[in-house]
Amino acid sequence: MNPTTAQANGHERIVLHAEDVWKSYDEGTIAVLKGVNFKAVEGQTIALCGPSGCGKSTLLHLFGGLDEPDRGSLSVNNIEIDRHRNRLSLLRHEVGFVFQLHNLIPDLTLAENCLIPTVAAGIDHKIAQARLRQLTDRTGLSHRLGHRIQKLSGGERQRTALCRALMNKPKILLADEPTGSLDEQSSAAIFDLLLDLVATEGVTLVMATHDRGLAERCNRLVEMHDGRIHESEDAR
Amino acid sequence: MIFLKLILTNLRRHRIRSFISVAGIAFSVAAMLTVVTILQGAIGMFSGILSSDSEIIVFERNVSDLFFSNVPAAAVNEIASWPMVLHADPVLFGVVSSADHPIITCFGVTASDARIRKATWIAGDRLTFAQHADDVVLGERAAEFLGAQMGSHVPIGHGIFHVIGILQTANGFEDGGVFMPLNSAQSFFHKDGMSSVITVKLRNRDDAASFKNMVKTKYASLIALEDAEFNHSYSQFRILKATAWAVGGCGLILGGLGVANTMIMSVFTRIREIAILRVNGFSSMQIAAMIFGESAVVSLLGAGLGLLTGTCLLLILKLVPALHGYVDVTIQPVVMLIVVLLALITGIAGALYPAIYAMRIRAVEALRFE
Repeated sequence: MNPTTAQANGHERIVLHAEDVWKSYDEGTIAVLKGVNFKAVEGQTIALCGPSGCGKSTLLHLFGGLDEPDRGSLSVNNIEIDRHRNRLSLLRHEVGFVFQLHNLIPDLTLAENCLIPTVAAGIDHKIAQARLRQLTDRTGLSHRLGHRIQKLSGGERQRTALCRALMNKPKILLADEPTGSLDEQSSAAIFDLLLDLVATEGVTLVMATHDRGLAERCNRLVEMHDGRIHESEDAR
Repeated sequence: MIFLKLILTNLRRHRIRSFISVAGIAFSVAAMLTVVTILQGAIGMFSGILSSDSEIIVFERNVSDLFFSNVPAAAVNEIASWPMVLHADPVLFGVVSSADHPIITCFGVTASDARIRKATWIAGDRLTFAQHADDVVLGERAAEFLGAQMGSHVPIGHGIFHVIGILQTANGFEDGGVFMPLNSAQSFFHKDGMSSVITVKLRNRDDAASFKNMVKTKYASLIALEDAEFNHSYSQFRILKATAWAVGGCGLILGGLGVANTMIMSVFTRIREIAILRVNGFSSMQIAAMIFGESAVVSLLGAGLGLLTGTCLLLILKLVPALHGYVDVTIQPVVMLIVVLLALITGIAGALYPAIYAMRIRAVEALRFE
């Protein structure tokens, strides 16, 4: 069933909800989001498209609890993002992040980088190790577990970042240009893997991208312009 | 394990900077340990002189230094006659000088005094002590630096004295001191009929409280204190102890500033890394714990190295002939504990601002940081 249709029918859960969200920087002089309304249904893959500066990354940061809106309300999994209290829980259990740059810690090994979210959340080491093996098997990194980040290729680094984002079994994956720093071939391979993982893990993907080709492979495409969502449609 | 590795990673990443911080704490700890141990040793030696075969010290009330204390001979005689007293020994302290040695401690004592009675006589005989006014007995080290031998005459102050004995004691002050008959010392220091203190041995130690009360009642100008009370309350000891800890403390503050500098640099050079940890669910407290953990590792390594260095330094100082008997290498566990704790507290205090700064790093902005 198409998630959008399912949402309309009331059979699927809304996992992300933004209502009249405003965000500006530099004491209000730079308005980035201007009354954004947005909903995402569980299991959807959503591409946020639009020119640089239109507010895609800002919306992802707000959903991840990394930033606060000036006004409006945001909820993740039907829990309204509190100004202070539940941001940490959001990052530890509900949301995983993948960025354009892999953002791995260079002095740690692949395995150690992946385990960081489990350390933060206080997850039992054995459970964390099992999850690590599961994810690295799926992403073809199991032979690189003890390798430091410097020894990995760009694609391997981004796959590591993907594993790390999914370590704590988040319900939502927020990806900000996840293939933006890769060549075309690696980009396609990583995106295939990303779609495969979110499908099998049952994760909702919201991805900011400039790549129309990748966006059209998502089951929903949302256009943003000048801090507003202009249209939302099924990509396929 | 990963948390520990995150702490250690940064120290390994900037090895020279980490080493300098560790060295800063180590030198501070070594300085504190050395100064405190030497001064406590000196205090221990001085109190050892007073408590030699006695448990109570009687001296003039409200004097800043025992050298200024005057206890009249009448009080000595009366106290010695009290039934509860086994023996009461008057001692007159003075400072004399000779060529090249401006400060030599002089003890005016009686022939029965425990200080000479219990010492090892390398030369001479205790029974000959105090038979002539110009007789002196020298500590072994005093004899050495005065170039004196048994039977020789030595210039001390404005007089020439006849050496009738040489003593060996474990106490640096006594070993480097001059023992004069009490009468000669009173005359030499123009304190006729006076002594600085009376050291008292009781027949029954349980009588200490009533003894002190009797002194208080009979002699308003005198005070009697048990050895432990004296060591605790004597202002000179307190000043020395405070000075030692203050000097050591200043060293530690400098070491702490070194740690603060290191930790500030540590935080500033890994703002992006801290942001990555925040995005992956690290709380601000976990970030702070990481920074404090790093400074604690630096402090503990520094403290360990400092204890080792300080101990070696004390052992070397003990071997210096001029300091024989003055340096006590016995490091009290409580001093070690205090020094380590102070190093740890200093290190953690040094990490306070960096930790607060790290806690306030906003992940969104920091991830743009290059």
